[in-house]
Amino acid sequence: MQVNESSKEFKPCIVAFCCNWCSYAGADLAGSNRLSYPADVKIIRVPCSCRVNPLFILRAFQRGADGVILCGCHPGDCHYTTGNYYARRRMTMLFSMLDYLGIEKERTRVEWVSAAEGAKFAATMNDFISTVQSLGENRKLRDLRCKE
Amino acid sequence: MHKIGVFVCWCGSNIAATVDVKAVAEAASKEPCVVYATDYQYMCSESGQNLIIDAIKEHNLTGVVICSCSPRMHETTFRKAAQKAGLNPYMVEIANIREQCSWIHKDMAEATAKAIVLARAAIAKVQLNKPLIAGESEVTKRCLVIGGGIAGIQTALDVAEAGFPVDIVEKKPTIGGKMAQLDKTFPTLDCAACILTPRMVEAGAHENITLHTYSEVEEVSGFVGNFTVKIRKKARKVKMDLCTGCGLCTEKCPMKKQPNEFNMGLDKRGAIYIPFAQAVPKVPVIDVEACLKFKTGKCGICSKVCTAGAIDYEQQDEIIEQKYGAIVLATGFDQIKPTKFGELGYSQYPDVVTSLEYERLMNAAGPTKGHLLRPSDGKPPKEIVFVQCVGSRGQSCRDKSYCSKVCCMYTAKHAILTKDHYPDTNIHVFYIDERTPGKNFDEFYRRAVEQYGVDYIKGQVGKVYEENGKLMVQGSDLLANEQITLAADMVVLAAAIEPDKTARSLGTMLTASMDTNDFFTEAHAKLRPVESPTAGVFLSGMCQGPKDIPETVSQAGAAAVKVIGLLTKDKLLGNPCVAHSDEMLCNGCSQCARVCPYGAITYVDKEFRVPGPKRVETRRVAVVNEAVCQGCGACTVTCPSTAMDLKGFSNRQIMSEVDAICK
Repeated sequence: MQVNESSKEFKPCIVAFCCNWCSYAGADLAGSNRLSYPADVKIIRVPCSCRVNPLFILRAFQRGADGVILCGCHPGDCHYTTGNYYARRRMTMLFSMLDYLGIEKERTRVEWVSAAEGAKFAATMNDFISTVQSLGENRKLRDLRCKE
Repeated sequence: MHKIGVFVCWCGSNIAATVDVKAVAEAASKEPCVVYATDYQYMCSESGQNLIIDAIKEHNLTGVVICSCSPRMHETTFRKAAQKAGLNPYMVEIANIREQCSWIHKDMAEATAKAIVLARAAIAKVQLNKPLIAGESEVTKRCLVIGGGIAGIQTALDVAEAGFPVDIVEKKPTIGGKMAQLDKTFPTLDCAACILTPRMVEAGAHENITLHTYSEVEEVSGFVGNFTVKIRKKARKVKMDLCTGCGLCTEKCPMKKQPNEFNMGLDKRGAIYIPFAQAVPKVPVIDVEACLKFKTGKCGICSKVCTAGAIDYEQQDEIIEQKYGAIVLATGFDQIKPTKFGELGYSQYPDVVTSLEYERLMNAAGPTKGHLLRPSDGKPPKEIVFVQCVGSRGQSCRDKSYCSKVCCMYTAKHAILTKDHYPDTNIHVFYIDERTPGKNFDEFYRRAVEQYGVDYIKGQVGKVYEENGKLMVQGSDLLANEQITLAADMVVLAAAIEPDKTARSLGTMLTASMDTNDFFTEAHAKLRPVESPTAGVFLSGMCQGPKDIPETVSQAGAAAVKVIGLLTKDKLLGNPCVAHSDEMLCNGCSQCARVCPYGAITYVDKEFRVPGPKRVETRRVAVVNEAVCQGCGACTVTCPSTAMDLKGFSNRQIMSEVDAICK
């Protein structure tokens, strides 16, 4: 495939869902510390990682996202006590289903980033992007009606 | 049709240096429904806010998007500005183009492109925003403190001083808690009773404080500002209002063979007893399990000797129902019984004691009247071995993973007090690490080593066994790198501290979250250390984690301030971004209630009009209590019929953001 040859030029579209209390604050801290990561990541703020419906992730893939990452508070630290546990379980189910459908597991990820972990946020994003870049464009789930 | 205004902030050069703000405003103006787009140096400044207000009025804007710094920074600022212009504050969305764009990207073209995408996502979302109004609820100006130890007493006193009525619920017959059992306190060697008992009396006599001793919380319902609590006042079999506290009944009771809990079972009490001389309230209680009257129907001596006629064998448990605005958990701690540590011989040898038992042995009001006599034969011990970290800082299933925090210091205290009274006693302390962070703590520990010559041995004890009437303590000396055996007359175990057993059931009742060790978790480890994540529930003292008395008192005061802050409000403004159930879609399956961490979802039977001959159909549907819901959204994903949605972060709103980003 041509995509792999030109993977250096390939700019993936990455959607990051961040919980308001930990990961979004972690992303802000990465910004305050000027810790750089590629502009391919676009963050959507949600109150808690458990607010993320698996359908949102499927929707992102259908609309042309190449990778989706969900960030929440560390286990035990959830602002809402147990939200991240629900998120973790739901995503485990979703990811194994996506894997079964032939969507590379590496395109999806759940990470715990606290409000104090700006460096971890940036590092996680850098790592995730390079992983998605090496996989190339997401073609399998893309809904052709959505793209010209 | 929406009319949306987009305001792009330069943030001086913070944004403008990497993002072409003019291009962002230009691109935004081409988005659907956008009728106005502009950029300005500082949107958060007064003139910037006025710019927004004027634009809202001039263009009749129905939604506002601000491309600026993080919403965590200025969301409230811009919402207030919108409100000033007559727009619902929740019709404002923020595109974070500083922290998540200009500050992390260097290439201007790339950063500008990303800023445009973020603005587009916010524009897409704001079109689906709905005006939200925060609900109001009344505040019951009364506070409940669960636990009557020093933490509970301090919180209650502070709240009561501010003029609010406070109820203390204590499961024991007296307030005072663990501190009442202590002898002296480190590092000043103040007598614990001398500093605590005046506080107990003060709490007992305070016009705003009601004591419910020998009582337990049975049921809690409601939410912040509006808790309803059922308290079971257990039958003392003694009339509180008639009893004068003379104590004659306790002296005459023939059943003086009950282990005295206050003295850690080291001596005996009667079936009718006052826990200790300074108890508040100083009213005895009958232990019905031990009382001859209740067992055989005979006796009745206490009733005969009581001149006040306060004994009432027929007294029954009483249930009190009361409304509260705030609840403080001050359930405190317990020391583990080191029975699982068979190698240390606690269950086998009477002269192996826990530090709390040792505390009673040292105390002038204790079973030995303050003379240090060992439990087995009543002789003064000459060689004492202290073992630290018994059950703390371990990895195995019988250990606690955490440090109990106070053991290093009270062991040094025990050593110093013992040496003070009996200078010819030899004291050895086995320790893993000496942890003495605190004001004058290390100095205190060094005094034990340097001035009193206490022998500190770095290492753990492997075995305690008896040989020739002596307790042989076998342990390792890590610094000398050798195994040693010491002959001792007494062994004192600094057993780990654990949360009180009742904490778990209270946590469930209040939906106050707990960690794996059953300590209550705080809303934020650093910034909200005395609040539980459950609104209206506050934490005071050891129930949140091991801490010493000064820390407990300061935390108790902090909890009181939070309570006062809550109770001074007449009405509480809720967070309007809460879950909402669509009755037409809900089939009452209860999935949402099961995942709700706050118990905010209840079910009601509702009548619906339906076509057909029946006309009306009754269905069970979910109802969200908006005052209790914190808006996490767990229920929205769980709902199989998509009836649940979250205001402010609805499915459609998030989907529209996804679409805008992936376009």
